[in-house]
Amino acid sequence: MSLRLATAQDAPLTAPLDVRGLTVSYGEKPAVFSVDLSLGAGAMTAIVGPNGAGKSTLLKAALGVITPLAGTVSAFGLPVDAARDRIAYVPQRASVDWDFPVRVIDVVMMGLYGQLGLLGRIRGTHRARAQDALARVGMTDFAQRQIGQLSGGQQQRVFLARALAQGADLFLLDEPFAGVDAATETAIVGVLHALRDAGKTVAVVHHDLSTVEAYFDDVFLLNTQAIAAGPVATTFTDNNLAAAYGGRLAPRQAALPGALA
Amino acid sequence: MLADALLLQLGYNAVLVTLGATVLGIAAGLGGTFLFLRGRALLSDAVSHATLPGIGLAFIVMALLGGDGRNLGGLLLGAGLSAALGLLCVSWLTTRTRLTEDAAIGTVLSVFFGIGVVLLTVIQSLGAGNPAGLEDVLLGATAGMLRSDALLLLIAAMLTLAMVLILRRPLTLAAFDPGFATATGRNVARLDLAMMALVLAVVVVGLKIVGLILVVALLIIPPVTARFWSERVDHVLALAGLAGGLSGYVGAALSAAIPGVPTGPIIVLVAFALFLVSLLAAPRRGVLSAAFRHRSHQRQVHLRQGLLALAQGQPIYERLTLRLLRRAGLAGADGVATEAGKAAAARALLDEARWQIVLRDPAHAAAARRYDGLTRPQDVLTPDQMAAIDAALPRPEGL
Repeated sequence: MSLRLATAQDAPLTAPLDVRGLTVSYGEKPAVFSVDLSLGAGAMTAIVGPNGAGKSTLLKAALGVITPLAGTVSAFGLPVDAARDRIAYVPQRASVDWDFPVRVIDVVMMGLYGQLGLLGRIRGTHRARAQDALARVGMTDFAQRQIGQLSGGQQQRVFLARALAQGADLFLLDEPFAGVDAATETAIVGVLHALRDAGKTVAVVHHDLSTVEAYFDDVFLLNTQAIAAGPVATTFTDNNLAAAYGGRLAPRQAALPGALA
Repeated sequence: MLADALLLQLGYNAVLVTLGATVLGIAAGLGGTFLFLRGRALLSDAVSHATLPGIGLAFIVMALLGGDGRNLGGLLLGAGLSAALGLLCVSWLTTRTRLTEDAAIGTVLSVFFGIGVVLLTVIQSLGAGNPAGLEDVLLGATAGMLRSDALLLLIAAMLTLAMVLILRRPLTLAAFDPGFATATGRNVARLDLAMMALVLAVVVVGLKIVGLILVVALLIIPPVTARFWSERVDHVLALAGLAGGLSGYVGAALSAAIPGVPTGPIIVLVAFALFLVSLLAAPRRGVLSAAFRHRSHQRQVHLRQGLLALAQGQPIYERLTLRLLRRAGLAGADGVATEAGKAAAARALLDEARWQIVLRDPAHAAAARRYDGLTRPQDVLTPDQMAAIDAALPRPEGL
């Protein structure tokens, strides 16, 4: 592992997220093995791979949500812990109990807890920021609803709004398009593209191969180990996909016309 | 007598006990809320039972050192240490082995309690340190409470309260979304420890008043009671504190007013009474309200289905449907539509026809998601949209 550490030093030291030699095991089976990943600043990257390839695990381990066995992670040239106020994380929707007694606006406010501190009073500016985040995902009318009353797509939008309220520079999203309606998918992609256009870095664990070319600038192909990384145009090739998916490759659907990237 | 007790006029000791129980109830309600929201309510049971060996050992140590074995401060310190050890065992078993938390709790709880009972038996035969009344920690006893004991409880409960208020934001975050909490720099393991420390403090403080077997009730019942009434964490917290405090206050006052009635069980029964009222009568989440809403929804569905059947000339077989139609004056005893029934049926059919247009038109995608067979299109669409849809309706005969 130290060998890999020594050889992979080509990425700029200030990359929004830089992962070196990351290995995560569940029990004695590595879910992610010796992965190097460097996100391009101001780009939108899809993290793609078959089921069980370790996509979500990679994201969680990079953020310290689960503890890796080996590897180093830095963000903006700093240890992740020193850069957390610049990182926004959108976990999988299914990871929380939606019967929890909070309203939509309370969840968005959680994105501001870091700045509020333990006892800081919630001021008008904080409320305005939370409302603004809700407006950007089109959920203003739902601010006072209990989160359990939302549809799956609406829940996902609320999670995104919480990340927006953080005011971060790096956005990491875990399967934001899983089980959401088409309108929500469009809305989320719109928000993410706006973030990218404002110079933010976005990485998304993504399932749907047919939309990769339309939504993303870069792609990172993963199947326990890193398979390929780079711009979608040159990296998202049948050859690399076959390497990542092996015999499990679903027939690739025709790319959508007029790629947004 | 009861009025005197409730108005704190039964003497200094009773007043101290009542105040102590009230503050304990508030602290337990608040601390228990996070435990409950984190889905780990049963941990409190392990904590409370794990206090017993510590109490026994503390007594033995103090007796051997020649002091009073029943010094409350010393007993509580021992209780806290052994409860902390119990917690560590549960957390070690859960994270380092494949045991689930409930199994780990069951194991630790019973083993620690067993050790504690053995120690108490040994102490009785020891004949040193004046062990009479030591078994009161099982069910609590306030009768012989010293002024210093009561003050100690009061201060400890106040500290617990302050800690809950300070940590409420990170604890809420860790309970709702631990992954996000970690990603935004919160140390969830340490927050869990803080939560456990809160629970431990409440349990240890509660030993003297409600006893280790029943203190669990004070940690769990008030939050569960509060959850019936609110969908907001801050409100659930406040209500749980209120329910806990009220239980402690009324329970302690009752037991002071009625001779021979134990304080702990009465406090728990008062808490249970509040729970029962909430379970039945709370709006939205209460059992009665849920049953009522289910009934009225069922009626709505039957009426709607009945009207659509009438409109399409289909026979109606379900008794409930026929009864509802009859009672609303929409159908006769023979199941044939009345004039009003025919009109209502035609309206229901028209709604369905309108919905068919809404569902097919991608421009109405947002409205189409509201289709559930009961909602009327005019409740979802603007008058302009309705006009456009009506213009697109195929001209039916008879309308």
